[in-house]
Amino acid sequence: MTVLAHTGALTLRQLRAAWRVPAFVVMNVVQPLTWLLLFGQLFTSVVDIPGFEGGSSYLEFLTPGIVMMMALFGSAWAGTSYVQDMERGVMDRFLTSPASRGALMVSTLVYQAVLTVVQTLIVLAVALLGGARFGGGAPGVLVLLLAAMLLTASFSALSNAAALLARSQNALIGLSQLVTIPLMFLSSALMDTRLSAGWLDRVAAFNPFEWAVVASREALGGQGRDWPSIAGHLGLLAAFTAVLAWVATRAFRTYQRSA
Amino acid sequence: MSTPRSGPALAARDLVKTYPQGRGKPPLTALDGLSFEAAPGTVFGLLGPNGAGKSTTVKILSTLARADSGRAFVAGIDVGADPAGVRRAIGFVAQKQVSDPMDTGLENLLLAGRLHGMGARRARERAEELLDRFGLAGAARRQVKTYSGGMIRKLDVAVGLMHRPRVLFLDEPTTGLDPEARAEMWAEIERMAAGERMTVLLTTHYLEEADRLAARLAIVDGGRVVAEGSPEQLKSELRGDAVLVQPRDRARLPEARAAVGGVSVFREVGIVGRAVHARADDGGAALPQALAALEAAGVPVASATVSRPSLDDVYLAHTGRSFAAAEERHARAEAEGVAA
Ligand SMILES: Nc1ncnc2c1ncn2[C@@H]1O[C@H](COP(=O)(O)OP(=O)(O)O)[C@@H](O)[C@H]1O
Ligand SMILES: [Mg+2]
Repeated sequence: MTVLAHTGALTLRQLRAAWRVPAFVVMNVVQPLTWLLLFGQLFTSVVDIPGFEGGSSYLEFLTPGIVMMMALFGSAWAGTSYVQDMERGVMDRFLTSPASRGALMVSTLVYQAVLTVVQTLIVLAVALLGGARFGGGAPGVLVLLLAAMLLTASFSALSNAAALLARSQNALIGLSQLVTIPLMFLSSALMDTRLSAGWLDRVAAFNPFEWAVVASREALGGQGRDWPSIAGHLGLLAAFTAVLAWVATRAFRTYQRSA
Repeated sequence: MSTPRSGPALAARDLVKTYPQGRGKPPLTALDGLSFEAAPGTVFGLLGPNGAGKSTTVKILSTLARADSGRAFVAGIDVGADPAGVRRAIGFVAQKQVSDPMDTGLENLLLAGRLHGMGARRARERAEELLDRFGLAGAARRQVKTYSGGMIRKLDVAVGLMHRPRVLFLDEPTTGLDPEARAEMWAEIERMAAGERMTVLLTTHYLEEADRLAARLAIVDGGRVVAEGSPEQLKSELRGDAVLVQPRDRARLPEARAAVGGVSVFREVGIVGRAVHARADDGGAALPQALAALEAAGVPVASATVSRPSLDDVYLAHTGRSFAAAEERHARAEAEGVAA
């Protein structure tokens, strides 16, 4: 019970900070929206390429991909708040309080996931205004939100671990350049992988980012949805998140050893 | 609940802590067998120049860092065996600011209360009481980033006091404050020590601060305790006044030292900075003798002073160098470390 209370109190602290600087939350959606509208307009004829099986509207195909890119790129920077707390001495105060390491970790993951939900709803609204229609309805949107939250939580955990180990923002730059961009290209976020080299399809099957894209695109699609596949991908994503959160919580020990 | 105990509120036994310094360099020894004990309900001071190991000691006692070897007890709880128990018993004010600049003063206090399991109502009452006491009530609903340095430091202390800890750590609470804010903080700490039944571990590199606030103190140098006692005890152990004579010409310091050393009433004759430093039972009577000896040796004198023993003298007697010189040496070492 106390762990829940601590997690709640620490999550609220971060939400307060975001609420005071809402521009920051909005800024994070500007880039994804630009991609969505630009690509969605420029490449409308992608759907006409023989062999493209992602439906008849590229904007509809693109939307879940853009949402997951936003979640992935945003969460790579999640560790920034740890770096700031470490520089400010706030982290040391929390670590000498009865708050558990687990609560310190989970609260930042929950906070990041909440931001992702807000941003996802904005992107979704813009896609609808742009003419996209999703047959999947409310269950489809729920899966999209759940997948985006899990993806956010897992990569936020990774970012937090990097922050704790390196104690500097530089490690996060590395993470966002060397990890997230390859993951994005090894996926079907922007393009149906069946149109790419065969090996890409096989590699993408091991890509957590791809799991989130596949599950949400399938769920948004409407008729004839493959629920076992959706559940399977979400399950993999949940397990991946749990493992990374656990590893990241362990990173507090290393932080403590070098304190 | 842990049971109340008699015995020391704080005990450090042979603490050793090293930090790796990167490839090819030997590890840096921050603590080299540091030991001390503090009685419950007192202000205990750790006095030492920058780099002496004060913050490292506080970090180990507050469970933030682990010692390589040695043991530590806080409120009777073994720091290594039950860190969670220690965390419930302590308040921690780091050398760095611990308040969140993005939250308001009130929010910082309430969060501290929540983390210590206080109910919403009780936390609010306590927060308001502390805001009043530290003169921060008017700023309670402003973000901390708009506070002055002195206000932030007061809030830091208030945050540490929220849950009425049995032991409060104050790591250099007045460093960087202007004299006025420092004086206010001193008054605050004095009132707090009298009002709440708790033990305070105060670290400082201001001799004056240790002298004024600490009932007992340990002088730390190079990661060890070199002297321990009440400020009065430490000073009276020196038996005698300090006599300081500065020759007009720096080059003639060795001659001046020899001349003063030749007078039998002086002990511990040495050179500190630009002056000859010596000790005598009755400084007032001894000074003319020193001046006569210098005149006989033909060394012109720029200034001469007699003073009752200060903590600086205590430091000098135990470490062989003045406090200011130790600070300078550390600053130089840091600068070289950065350049390397
Ligand atoms: N995290 C750290 N990593 C490496 N060296 C450190 C670290 N913390 C302190 N030190 C070194 O340990 C020594 C003692 O430092 P510290 O305990 O901060 O001294 P004080 O608080 O008395 O100024 C210094 O030489 C300092 O440079
Ligand atoms: Mg220090």
